[in-house]
Amino acid sequence: MIEVKNLHKGFGGEPVLKGISTQFKNGKTNLIIGQSGSGKTVFLKSLVGLHQIDQGEIYYDGRRLGEMDDDERKALRTEMGMVFQGNALFDSLTIEENVVFALSMFSGMTKEEMLDRANFCLKRVNLENVNKKFPAELSGGMQKRVALARAIAFKPKYLFCDEPNSGLDPKTAIVIDNLIREITQEFDITTVINTHDMNSVMEIGDHIIYIKYGIKEWEGTSEDILNTDNESINDFVYSSELFRKIKTKL
Amino acid sequence: MFLTEGIKSFGKYFILLGKTFRKPENWKEYRKALARDLERLGLNSIGIVSIISLFVGAVVTIQTAYNLDDPLVPDYYIGIATRESIILEFSPTIICLILSGKVGSNIASTLGSMRVSEQIDALEVMGVNPAAYLIMPKIIAMVFFNPLLITISMFLGILGGYFAAEFAGVLAPVDYLQGIQSSFNPFFITYALIKTVVFSFIIVTVSAYYGFYVKGGAIEVGINATKAVVSSSIAIIVANYILTQILLV
Repeated sequence: MIEVKNLHKGFGGEPVLKGISTQFKNGKTNLIIGQSGSGKTVFLKSLVGLHQIDQGEIYYDGRRLGEMDDDERKALRTEMGMVFQGNALFDSLTIEENVVFALSMFSGMTKEEMLDRANFCLKRVNLENVNKKFPAELSGGMQKRVALARAIAFKPKYLFCDEPNSGLDPKTAIVIDNLIREITQEFDITTVINTHDMNSVMEIGDHIIYIKYGIKEWEGTSEDILNTDNESINDFVYSSELFRKIKTKL
Repeated sequence: MFLTEGIKSFGKYFILLGKTFRKPENWKEYRKALARDLERLGLNSIGIVSIISLFVGAVVTIQTAYNLDDPLVPDYYIGIATRESIILEFSPTIICLILSGKVGSNIASTLGSMRVSEQIDALEVMGVNPAAYLIMPKIIAMVFFNPLLITISMFLGILGGYFAAEFAGVLAPVDYLQGIQSSFNPFFITYALIKTVVFSFIIVTVSAYYGFYVKGGAIEVGINATKAVVSSSIAIIVANYILTQILLV
């Protein structure tokens, strides 16, 4: 479980996150939604420690991130997996090398064990016969799946995904969503996903927090979101014609 | 304002150096990175360095012969002048300036692209020290390989001078050979190699600094690659003066 208490973060004196508190439970897909520029990515990067926070506390299963020394932080990092918005695959490495990168750095596994793990992870995200290819040779959806395979290779306890559906067609987006949910439940991972894709919210949103101008405006489940009378989140959710029509039909 | 920014940049540069020289997480992976960098930054530079050295050596010989066209100056002096020009200045300094363009822009743009595509963040999230993993092997590759490259350059520069003597007919090859063997001071080689090591360190670390801290997108990567080349070239010129003052005076 990840617990966030009163998180503040700003840049150059401009506050971006203003006192966010929440909990992300394991085995659940936790979604952070909000408009572009609302502070979602800053929130996610603060959670993983890529941004130093100005105020507040972040606990990973009771371990406070801000109080960890370098070694403890490194140890925590090996429990994390992250899928970046642009995939962030290493261009100069093959798909297989990308997937086993963290294993070869930290695991002490033999080459055969690492290859077995890479094959397992790639198979788990429905990718086969791509081991020797380079990221540039794959489509956007396939690269996203490789990024997911890399993120789960080290059997993480915490999985972070920054807009995993961006740039994908709706069908591929659903495949990625379902994969993330299955993996989360299968390995009992605490998953936190940044998204503004409403399909993801409805499909996999076990726990959703809505951020507006750096403030947590609403929190609930995908069931709750359909019945809330919070004006702000309704404006966001039903900003598209399609969703307005669906709501009237419901 | 300019001064404050300069001091800030200087501080950030040394902080980056501090992060770079940390104990590697896994020596084997760092060795792999070193092998990749040796190929990309070192071996791939042999071609251009060889061609430039050969032709500049020939040109230096022809120009020296043209300027020393005096019956009171023995022809073998042309060989001495060519050798000293190549060993003292052309190979260690001019070749390193060329490398700051070729290798420096490569390092800055590679690291810059990795920064904007979040690959550096990905390394950090995995628990890898990105500064050490990405920069340290490049420093080792350049600092150890460039002395060899510059030695090749010296040899080819002097060989180029011989070809000029042989084929352009500006002096008798035998005079040239006598010249390159006369009044030789072996310390000049040491001096040239010391300069090479310092310049190689400057090329990698300055370029890495500009690449590592890129903010923005493709345009900023290009801008920072240019800044890397300009700054490392200026740093090389300044260091060249300081080292010459210390080592030769």
